[in-house]
Amino acid sequence: MNILETKKITKHFDGVYAVDGLSVGFEKGKITGLIGPNGSGKSTLINLLTGVIQIDGGSFVISSKEEISKILPHEVSDYGITRTFQEVRLFEQMPVLDNIFVVLTKRNVFSSLFETHKKFHLERAEEVLKKVDLWEKRNDLAKNLSYGQRKLLEIGRVLAMSNGFGDDSDIFFLDEPFAGLFPEMRKIVIGVIQHLKEQGKTVILVEHNIDIIRELCDHIIVLDNGKLLAEGIPNDVLSKREVMDAYLGE
Amino acid sequence: MDYFVHIAILIGIYSILALSLNLIVGYTGLLSITQAAFYGIGAYVTAILLTSFGMNFFLSIVIGMIITGVVSLAIGYVLSKFDGDYFALGSFGFNIIVYSIFLNWQSLTRGPLGIPGIAKPVLFNIDFSNNFYFLIMVAVFALLVYFISQFITRSSFGRVLKAIREDEKAIEVFGYNTLFFKLTIFVIGAMIASIAGALFASYITYVDPTSFALSESIFILAIIILGGLANNKGAVIGAVCLVILPEALRFVGFPSDIAAQMRQVTYGLILILLMLYRPQGLIGEYKL
Ligand SMILES: Nc1ncnc2c1ncn2[C@@H]1O[C@H](COP(=O)(O)OP(=O)(O)OP(=O)(O)O)[C@@H](O)[C@H]1O
Ligand SMILES: [Mg+2]
Repeated sequence: MNILETKKITKHFDGVYAVDGLSVGFEKGKITGLIGPNGSGKSTLINLLTGVIQIDGGSFVISSKEEISKILPHEVSDYGITRTFQEVRLFEQMPVLDNIFVVLTKRNVFSSLFETHKKFHLERAEEVLKKVDLWEKRNDLAKNLSYGQRKLLEIGRVLAMSNGFGDDSDIFFLDEPFAGLFPEMRKIVIGVIQHLKEQGKTVILVEHNIDIIRELCDHIIVLDNGKLLAEGIPNDVLSKREVMDAYLGE
Repeated sequence: MDYFVHIAILIGIYSILALSLNLIVGYTGLLSITQAAFYGIGAYVTAILLTSFGMNFFLSIVIGMIITGVVSLAIGYVLSKFDGDYFALGSFGFNIIVYSIFLNWQSLTRGPLGIPGIAKPVLFNIDFSNNFYFLIMVAVFALLVYFISQFITRSSFGRVLKAIREDEKAIEVFGYNTLFFKLTIFVIGAMIASIAGALFASYITYVDPTSFALSESIFILAIIILGGLANNKGAVIGAVCLVILPEALRFVGFPSDIAAQMRQVTYGLILILLMLYRPQGLIGEYKL
């Protein structure tokens, strides 16, 4: 069953169609690889589905409910969607711990005014930060972390969204979470993604490394020029001629 | 002695202003240069209510806060359409508009003549026309504002403000309607500034538009940048420094015909040097 389906979703930038009438589905509880050459529209698709940029045409549907053709960024978590960014976006001049707390606390202006972080926030943050090996760094400012640690903190932040309070996310868009990571850190991220799947979460993974795709993904979707080029199980799709051509011909 | 009490009262009033602006600029990253407008509204409301209606001073503070709250909500909403530098420019514009209203709505504000003869309050037989008592009252208000600021900035709400400052789009994606947060803090900051205005009006017993011009907003901004953004103690330290500095420069012994200008120049120079060598201010936790 598809938890999320796009219907002829479209985005153009000055005449360039970054996403071009794309209709794809993401299966619930599965890891779907979203691949394609540079500039094929992977990040743009994620940005459309998370309200970061506005949709020009078409729509999408979550859990077979109403069609959504306009969504604001602050609404996406209500639909159980969360994400990481290809270019890491942390709260730089805030400690690591606060980068996690801020997605655990109340969303409402007035209730947040009368709330400070409590023991259960701290326990939850500890759990998450230990998973991504950043607990020792909890009091450092995000901007002082290494590149890899910054990527991991973003992973930690979405993990904190898969909690029992606040907004419990079901759909995780991870935009190149492995890019530039050392093998040790890759292992951590692989573990996190597998764990999400075990919890029944849906993961959409953008990744260029074919080995990681083969290892993790149940299904892959290949984009080229904003259109669907191929989809199916990894081994089938990756052996297709046109997929290899799209990659090599970039 | 009276001179020191006078300086201390000014420090108290500017501390309140600095704390209020620090919530908006330091914690939320909204580069607002219109705080003197809200300061002015608070001052004029008290001035008018006391001189024309003989109203109780403390009640006038409350009414000033309400009026400032409404005005700042409207201004904040318009400004929320702008980002970054444009926000700063827009806020600039509002200070100028409010200033012109003080200057030109003569039937209400007496324009450039200003409003003299504002009475000092009396409470439980304490006559605040004694400057020492007035200082204590200002100190009580400043402390109250300090604790409110601490309360706000240590709450979950305060953490969201910082996240908005760092990356508004990112925090939105995690489920925060940032417009509400920005408007709330903008209005809270404005209402606090109006308290400083009421105290100022009552202390000086006279208000006129020049006290609430754009340069005053810039002065308040300089205080928090000097003291350090996103730090409530920094706001107070900045107020102490920048109120005392021009006074201290009086004693440097510039020739009397150029003393005033030299003080301005020295003061500008100190700010520039500070920005070059310590851009985070004295104890700041955030760099613009
Ligand atoms: N904000 C923008 N303004 C203009 N053009 C954009 C913008 N964002 C993306 N594009 C263009 O849209 C196309 C798709 O870009 P997108 O970032 O979605 O690709 P991608 O598949 O994520 O690539 P990569 O693998 O390099 O991350 C590209 O041609 C890109 O230049
Ligand atoms: Mg991309």
